[in-house]
Amino acid sequence: MSAHAERATLFLLDQPRSAWHDQAVWWVRQKRDRAASALPEWEELRDQASRIKAHALSRLADYLEQFERNAVRLGARVHWARDADEHNRIVHDILAERGVTRLVKSKSMLTEECHLNPYLMSRGIEVVDTDLGERIVQLAKEPPSHIVMPAIHKKKEEIGELFHDKLGTPQGLADPQQLTEAARAHLREKFLAAQAGLTGVNFAIAETGGFVVCTNEGNADLGASLPALHVACMGVEKIVPRAKDLGVFLRLLARSATGQAVTAYSSHFHGPKPGGELHIVIVDNGRSRLLGRDEFRRSLQCIRCGACMNTCPVYRRSGGHSYGVTVPGPIGSVLAPSVDAAKHAGLPFASSLCGSCTDVCPVKIDLHHQLLAWRAELARNGLAPRWKRIGAKAGGFVLRSTLLYRVAGWLARRLVPLLPRALVYSRLNAWGRGRELPEMPRRSFRAEWRRRGKP
Amino acid sequence: MGSREEILARLRAARPAPRELPEARRFGNPAADLRARFAQAVQDAGGRCVRIGGLDSLPAALEELAPYREAHRVASLVPGVTRANVRLEDVVDPHDLRDVDFAVVPGELGIAENGAVWITDRGMRHRVLPWIAQHVALVVADDRLVNDMHEAYECLDVGTGFGCFVSGPSKTADIEQALVIGAHGPRSATVFLVG
Amino acid sequence: MEVALFVPCYVDQFYPRVGLATAELLERHGASVVFPEDQTCCGQPMANAGSLDDARPLAEKFLRVFGAYQYVVSPSGSCTSMVRNHYGPLLGERAAQMHGKVFELCEFLHDVLQVKPRGRFAARVGLHQSCHGLRELRLGTGSERILPARDKVQELLSGIEGLQLVQLQRSDECCGFGGAFAIDEEAISCRMGRDRIADHEAAGAEVITAGDMSCLMHLQGLIRRDRKQLRVLHLAELLAEAGARA
Repeated sequence: MSAHAERATLFLLDQPRSAWHDQAVWWVRQKRDRAASALPEWEELRDQASRIKAHALSRLADYLEQFERNAVRLGARVHWARDADEHNRIVHDILAERGVTRLVKSKSMLTEECHLNPYLMSRGIEVVDTDLGERIVQLAKEPPSHIVMPAIHKKKEEIGELFHDKLGTPQGLADPQQLTEAARAHLREKFLAAQAGLTGVNFAIAETGGFVVCTNEGNADLGASLPALHVACMGVEKIVPRAKDLGVFLRLLARSATGQAVTAYSSHFHGPKPGGELHIVIVDNGRSRLLGRDEFRRSLQCIRCGACMNTCPVYRRSGGHSYGVTVPGPIGSVLAPSVDAAKHAGLPFASSLCGSCTDVCPVKIDLHHQLLAWRAELARNGLAPRWKRIGAKAGGFVLRSTLLYRVAGWLARRLVPLLPRALVYSRLNAWGRGRELPEMPRRSFRAEWRRRGKP
Repeated sequence: MGSREEILARLRAARPAPRELPEARRFGNPAADLRARFAQAVQDAGGRCVRIGGLDSLPAALEELAPYREAHRVASLVPGVTRANVRLEDVVDPHDLRDVDFAVVPGELGIAENGAVWITDRGMRHRVLPWIAQHVALVVADDRLVNDMHEAYECLDVGTGFGCFVSGPSKTADIEQALVIGAHGPRSATVFLVG
Repeated sequence: MEVALFVPCYVDQFYPRVGLATAELLERHGASVVFPEDQTCCGQPMANAGSLDDARPLAEKFLRVFGAYQYVVSPSGSCTSMVRNHYGPLLGERAAQMHGKVFELCEFLHDVLQVKPRGRFAARVGLHQSCHGLRELRLGTGSERILPARDKVQELLSGIEGLQLVQLQRSDECCGFGGAFAIDEEAISCRMGRDRIADHEAAGAEVITAGDMSCLMHLQGLIRRDRKQLRVLHLAELLAEAGARA
């Protein structure tokens, strides 16, 4: 069993809880459906977004240079990081040079990917994740399980216990409103005490040198606009060519992610605030490698909405932690193997290839085809699980020969009904753990066809 | 080779075949009644939309709001707000705005499809004001309503300083998907539609 | 009109009635059906395992067996999609040889023969939307896409007297078969299948039908293990049975 399959099996042991998780995430899919169906032009928007991103990827270096020029003109400092390590060093240096020991952070999948938090914390910088879901998992010392709803796997009673332990809320308090109020007070102190704020970037605008950060909680703005120092981290693929392109993406993003028409805040940052500093860190970390791959390039169009996770029947029944990667679900299973193919070889197989993700993706990434392409890539490099390789070889061998195939089928139909049930449904029969085998008919279709004297 | 050059070189080496940038175009469905659509969208976003005839009605309309009446510290960038008692021009450190209970901020434009109001930091001095205040009121002229985001970007020049599309109060659903209004930003957002 | 029958390997060996019903339906609606005996498998299990080298000989065999026919029809959206959409990486340009020739049964009845089957099948029926037929062959719009709803299978069923399609909570969630997925991720696969069955039961279905016997093999395995009373029937069998009562 792959690591994902093992963790998924454990996840499902708690039947009521796994059913609750499935239903909770499905509900977000339903909210997306309602919001999307309110726009008759939804499919055209998806198409437009996909084409804008595809174009941007075809001129990425040019647009990044244009972005940098404009950002610098506005007074920002722009840094470039080849990989996660360099990103972490750059961010640390910016903070350390200014004596920053208290940092607040809003949601950035990129910084999760680079494992920035432990890097900074081991060097004496307090890092407080300010998105409520992220703060919850940070206090619980867990990774987020969803890119938009980091604590979707947690029940309110558990959050209540956590807050009682860490924030001093009354024992047994589980009301979301009151727990949020407690977090508000706690994080407000952190915002006020912070010496720097770090945000992600939802979209970077080449034409203007600015970028957009979308939140519902207002935490990015409190973090970026209270302290004098704002650090914004972005992957190279976050570029859009023109400000007006944002209209397409902002109409798609929140509807796809949570079913809202738009997030509470879509903040457009152009240059530092008066008297402040703005540092933008542009990160590659394997994205240029993906760009060069025809089959996988489209995954760089991702706007991190999470819709693919919400619709994925496998994600909903296994939870984000079962993937063992920063970004889980369908897009995560496409991105992870490009980072470490050997470690994440199981992920493209953690899918029934149903294709639902492809049809909800606002930028029309053909996710399930990319999962299939990864399977072939892994097999080519000898990284597919051994039993799969052997099974495919054996199966291919038998099926190439009509005679061998007919004999194999005949043997199955003759022998299986004769064997004792205990043998048929032994531990070796993975199918038989939860299901009955098909009833073996006496004759195959082709035998029946022949008996009828048909052509 | 520095990181910048290396990254750009790698991106150029990996670059795919050219793909055309599609023409920017309008997609929306014009609402029959922009004001009604806008008001509904503000409500859907957890805010309130109040229509007033003119700016001179604003002080009285604000009095209708309990958070405003009960506010000790009120900051306003819109003139004529009677309870305003924070002189923003005297505030040097944005942290000193921590006790602002209510902020009144002008909006340049409103978007009917999602109840968003475009605000900027022009004249604001401290752009954190609309987030650090416990409650916020946004004031928009009703002839400055557009249908959707495409139209908004056509009307606005977003390329300088700081601006934000604000739709309703701050909110979160991070605890078991239960919607809680008032996360880290304002606990309430009232949009006054003037005209 | 001559139609070559392309019977999925597991249908040939384990579900002969589905093949027979398919042929019967096609014949009833004016086609003359031949079964090229040399066929075995479209190669999907190998391709889905990533082993393109093991799938390629099967794709080439498929071309040899079926290349000469004008119409190739299969009671499987999954196998049809494999040939139509995924033979490119295996055969390169030669994949174009099968272009416009290979059809899933329902789309063939609906688009090519343009018939609406008649008959009687008085039961509450749950239609399971097999994923590949739905999302790869676009037999229907699907719940994800925001487009005017169209469903070729439902249109085909609308001519059957007494048939009541039940309303599911999740109209097109995957059953969890997914080929080797059923083994690789056995726990999730069974949970997905059981959830589908529960949806059909709650909706009052007496019969579950679908265009792919693979989904039904999996669902039926669960139904029988759980000793439930649902009847599982491929669409070809359902339509053939209905027509026999016309």
